[in-house]
Amino acid sequence: MQDAAVATPSVPARVGPRIGEHVRVIGRNLFPFMVVAVIWEVIARLEVFPRRLFPTLEEVFFSFWRLTAAGILPHHAFETVLRLLSGFALAAVVGVTIGVLMGRSRRAEDIFLPLVSILAPIPGLAYAPLFLLWFGLGNFPAVLLVGFVSMFPIIFNSWTGVKAVKEIWVRSAQAMGADDKRLFRHVILPGALPYILTGMRLGLAQAWRVLVAVEMLAAVPWGLGWLIFGAREMLNTDVMLSGIVLIAVIGLLLEKLVFEKIEKYTVVRWGMITA
Amino acid sequence: MTMTAQTSGDTGVQDVKAIDPAKRAAKWRAFRRATITIGLALATYEIIARTGSFPRALLPTLPMVVRTLFAMLLDGSMLMHSLYTLYRVLFGFCLAMVVGIPLGILMARFRRVEQFFLPLVSALMPIPSFALVPLFMLWFGIGNLTTIIIVFYAATFPMIFNTWSGVRSVNPLWVRAAGAMGADEHKLFWKVIIPGASPFIITGMRQSFLRAWIAVVGAEMIAASNWGLGWVIFDAKEFLNADVMLASLAVIGFIGFAFERLVFGSLERGTVMRWGMMRSAKS
Repeated sequence: MQDAAVATPSVPARVGPRIGEHVRVIGRNLFPFMVVAVIWEVIARLEVFPRRLFPTLEEVFFSFWRLTAAGILPHHAFETVLRLLSGFALAAVVGVTIGVLMGRSRRAEDIFLPLVSILAPIPGLAYAPLFLLWFGLGNFPAVLLVGFVSMFPIIFNSWTGVKAVKEIWVRSAQAMGADDKRLFRHVILPGALPYILTGMRLGLAQAWRVLVAVEMLAAVPWGLGWLIFGAREMLNTDVMLSGIVLIAVIGLLLEKLVFEKIEKYTVVRWGMITA
Repeated sequence: MTMTAQTSGDTGVQDVKAIDPAKRAAKWRAFRRATITIGLALATYEIIARTGSFPRALLPTLPMVVRTLFAMLLDGSMLMHSLYTLYRVLFGFCLAMVVGIPLGILMARFRRVEQFFLPLVSALMPIPSFALVPLFMLWFGIGNLTTIIIVFYAATFPMIFNTWSGVRSVNPLWVRAAGAMGADEHKLFWKVIIPGASPFIITGMRQSFLRAWIAVVGAEMIAASNWGLGWVIFDAKEFLNADVMLASLAVIGFIGFAFERLVFGSLERGTVMRWGMMRSAKS
């Protein structure tokens, strides 16, 4: 659980000279993890459960270290992130396109809305066996499923976003002589962007959840989900826990580094929302 | 997802459901269009399935799917699967409420509790519940217990977070006003804080149920037992029974939809909307 420092609730960038304050915040955030770690360690050492199933933190740390040094863990993580990004890119392109179309054209809305509202509420993972059946095992169905599942929040939010662009902005841009292209580029897209970004955020979170499970089901050769699932067969609980820790870290990084940054550079700068 | 919780600070003005003819016409039009689109989509599917360019076992025709659905409904197996799934999801979900709501309230009311639990919650939250399935299978074996714990894990965090932000967002003016009018702690809690936080709590319940519903299907696939909708779908893959899969998918979608609309919708109407805490934001 070395990710405690990351969990600090968004310390502002300009901390200034108040180092002491900073250290106190980190300490305060670390404290609960220490308590949990101590409890874990005590339970593990007392051998309430078999050591094989409930390893000490030391063992988890060493297997984490061993796997990282051998390059196994990074390879798994790399494949997983690659799969996540390709699936998500697919979802972003298709989802934003459909969503914007739905927001701009009545006809597209009539066509897509019923389909989307029927398909979206079914849990994404329920489609997994169907996809596996249709597209075989391996990478392709996994990426496709991740894309398919994370597409829905993106569609919904882009659609809402485009619809939420103020009519008066559109009309004043038109009055000032903006053609369709400029209208789209300079009015509609920036106006809808906060919603689109929210959609992408939700989509990425869904993609992440589904991906881990799909990797277990689709028998992909590399991937964190597969690592965890495979480790179960050998009762390698320490390997499993290492994988889970890495998954948590990647999840946190995605949220903190990718989305908060994008939001800062685009919507906040354009003054669409105040951060 | 489409719901927007708005705490209205003013007196509880509610939208009167005045159905004016224009609105009704628009609704009817949307309904007609939806029917046409869905009809077209189904027809396209049927044509593709009939051409036989894909094996029939992988792409069954709609009558086959419907027949399978009815057969499974009639012999009671679908009912049993649904009951098992519902039992697991509701058990886990109730557990999540029992833990999540009090913890969220405590976190919002007491700084120490918040300082202790917030880092833990934010670190655990990004771990997808499915990542824990293999671990829990090792610890708790295959079957109900693992599934319920996974559901509980998936559902707790939205519950905690929403309750926490709900209680924190209760208008301090109301709390002070109630205090000035002589409400004791007990009354303050039940009459001001809980109703004030209720839109958030109900949003939290919705989100957690959504998560729980996803988690239960996934957990049933991986930590397979002999019953459950997720298990049926996954098991059908082995025998190439795409019709069983599609039939179960329909049931899963239907149950999810029913819960979202009927259970949470009516819960909302019965509490927050009646108290004037929230107006339906549907246009």
